[in-house]
Amino acid sequence: MCLAIPARVVQLLGEDRALVDVGGVHNEISLALVDDVAVNDYVIVHVGYAIARLDADEADRTLALFAQMVDAHETRSREIH
Amino acid sequence: MKYISEFRDGRAAAAIAAIIAREADPGRDYYIMEFCGGHTHAIFRYGIQDLLPYNIRLVHGPGCPVCVLPIGRLDSAIELAEIPDVMLCSYGDMLRVPGSRRRSLVKSRAEGRDIRMVYSCAEAVRLAVANPDKQVVFFAIGFETTTPPTAVAIREAQRLGLENFSVFCNHVLTPSAIQSILNSPDIRQIGGVRVDGFIGPSHVSTIIGSGAYEYFAREYQRPVVISGFEPLDVLQGILMLVRQMNERRAEVENQFSRGVTRSGNLKAQALVAEVFELRRTFEWRGLGVVPYSGLRIKKQYARFDAETRFAVQPRPVAENKACECGAILRGIKKPLDCRIFGTVCTPRNPIGSCMVSSEGACAAYYKFRRRNDAAQLLQAGTDG
Amino acid sequence: MKPDKPADTRISLAHGNGGRFMRELIEQLFVRQLSGPLLDVRTDAAAVPLDAGELMVTTDGFTVQPLEFPGGDIGSLAVHGTVNDLAVSGALPLYLSLGTIIEEGLEIAQLERIVASLARAAAASGVQVVTGDTKVVRRGEGGGLYIAMTGIGLRPPGLSLGMPHIRDGDTVLVSGPVGDHGIAVMLAREEFGLRSDLHSDAASVLPLTQALLPLPGLRFMRDPTRGGLATVAHEISRATGLGVRLHEQQIPVRDAVRSVCEMLGYDPLYLACEGRVVAVLAEADAEAALAAWRKLPQGKEAMAIGRITGPGSAVSMQTALGGERYLEELEDDPLPRIC
Repeated sequence: MCLAIPARVVQLLGEDRALVDVGGVHNEISLALVDDVAVNDYVIVHVGYAIARLDADEADRTLALFAQMVDAHETRSREIH
Repeated sequence: MKYISEFRDGRAAAAIAAIIAREADPGRDYYIMEFCGGHTHAIFRYGIQDLLPYNIRLVHGPGCPVCVLPIGRLDSAIELAEIPDVMLCSYGDMLRVPGSRRRSLVKSRAEGRDIRMVYSCAEAVRLAVANPDKQVVFFAIGFETTTPPTAVAIREAQRLGLENFSVFCNHVLTPSAIQSILNSPDIRQIGGVRVDGFIGPSHVSTIIGSGAYEYFAREYQRPVVISGFEPLDVLQGILMLVRQMNERRAEVENQFSRGVTRSGNLKAQALVAEVFELRRTFEWRGLGVVPYSGLRIKKQYARFDAETRFAVQPRPVAENKACECGAILRGIKKPLDCRIFGTVCTPRNPIGSCMVSSEGACAAYYKFRRRNDAAQLLQAGTDG
Repeated sequence: MKPDKPADTRISLAHGNGGRFMRELIEQLFVRQLSGPLLDVRTDAAAVPLDAGELMVTTDGFTVQPLEFPGGDIGSLAVHGTVNDLAVSGALPLYLSLGTIIEEGLEIAQLERIVASLARAAAASGVQVVTGDTKVVRRGEGGGLYIAMTGIGLRPPGLSLGMPHIRDGDTVLVSGPVGDHGIAVMLAREEFGLRSDLHSDAASVLPLTQALLPLPGLRFMRDPTRGGLATVAHEISRATGLGVRLHEQQIPVRDAVRSVCEMLGYDPLYLACEGRVVAVLAEADAEAALAAWRKLPQGKEAMAIGRITGPGSAVSMQTALGGERYLEELEDDPLPRIC
């Protein structure tokens, strides 16, 4: 539905503006739709606006769950073969 | 790319797919609709269907704001661009979509109309400041994710006291669209809806919150899992739906916990409520007229409303009878069941909403899958 | 005594009317940069010595905007584009002709920078500009500068290179990350306010092509320019009737290119490269080819990215996730998407 991707806040530029980074590419965006964003926070950016802050702990928790699934799956497949 | 690449890992995909295969009951089918075009795109772009057991049937929903925008509204935008001194700004998505009489914004531009592609509505405001002698009209489309930025742009234009900036508002709402899929009046004629559960859009939900879907889970007894657009998010969302169906639960669960909360983005919701109000009805391509499903600009901001400033006339355009988008959107048919799919109706000449943008069910099918699914269909006979 | 700098700083129509200003422009700007034993502007055509072998000729037009971008400019791009077309056909590029169409008002300093860069690229690729032509068009009728370039090279006899030699089961290699040029030029146009230190990959691929010529199993080479990797796969499939099956996991893409594609909704497989080679080889020679490429600075990130499949099969890809996907033929250029 809406193309939006996580970007790291590199610099706060004042007046609700910030410089963000995605994989080495910088872009200037608006923070008008979010509050208390700090440098090194991750925000989800859509059409040049941060629409939400990305919860890094939740992201890491989801990735940890995936990692457990991989371990369980790969040990299970080793047992079967 | 942090928090992107990690959600595309093939080993994790295999692991989740294996769990789904183990837990999916072979004795039944699981009809799962991904409501949002972003999910449809991810499913085809990564070939997620190939990792799923055959009895998990992905039903492709209404796609995206481009797919569901009625032709009449695009015609109005094309005509706005023909008014002298108007500079029409539009997102790239709308530029090539065909209006009636073979017109499009990109063709109008080639004929000399001042039509600018913008990546953000903030650019449209900047263009208005830079071109005081031009009437800048921003062609606003999009669901709840794209609406708050337009609200910010209108407030900014007000702050700057701009007299040459207005918005042609076509913002639409997700919950009303889901509702219209589930209980639209012509549902008997189409034969009901084969959807057992929904994959809910994540970016829309960062704004409206997962709470907005609790009504459906209760009212229609169907589980909803808000899922991210990365392939692992989609797979995990499907697993959570399969578990709910196996356990006869119908709840709203949030897979995209890294970005969605139950209440959503209250600051954005307040801004939208300040600038926009509900239209009594709004026409959707593929769904027909849907009550309380679109937004318009409030009286206090009438100066920035292109529909009042330029007296835009509504012009309904009839849908092509042969088009099966209505049934495809409700999981009753697949693109290959439609007579004009891939022949008359192609991405270059889209007839129905599902073919308009690469996120629509038919366009995604045409672009990413066409050949081997037709072959599978033949092998498996008519798979019902 | 400093040579008398041309009085004005911008190109005027007089620089194209055959008179004194045109002569001075050619002598003080073009000839001074591109001078070489065979370049004689007084003659109408250049005589060039040729050894035995197959004479290969190619021609290309260059209209890139902006004229200068990170990693290159229209001048070096013209040389590389022409040299690369000869190189991938197995030829040793030798001579170039330089046709320039200049718009009235172009800054002479910019033209000088571009011609100097063109000269450097030619020298680095071991080729000589032996003839040329200059035209000036009225302001508003040209994009600052267009270049039409023709290249001549010699191919050693007995080289069996070309699509008809491609067989089912052959391996497909790419010499480095794809999409750099497409994104670098787009960022240079500053259309979306995106900034990165990404450079175009524009470069001569001669070292890469020469490195593979000794391999008996070498079937075909092409430099993926407009339309990118997916378009080369389609050209191969359409010409041979065979399929091409790529593996997304193996295809090198720089992070910055992938990030811009994520933001705008582009697919890196359809973006232009200007210094890469796609090679098709018999499976037996794939390892040797990779080793040869990876020894070169331009080939450090070379990868085997897929193989040729049976007759009638399509151009498809196994996705990074393990699923299947078709690579449709490019139709319209991509536009940034919001959904």
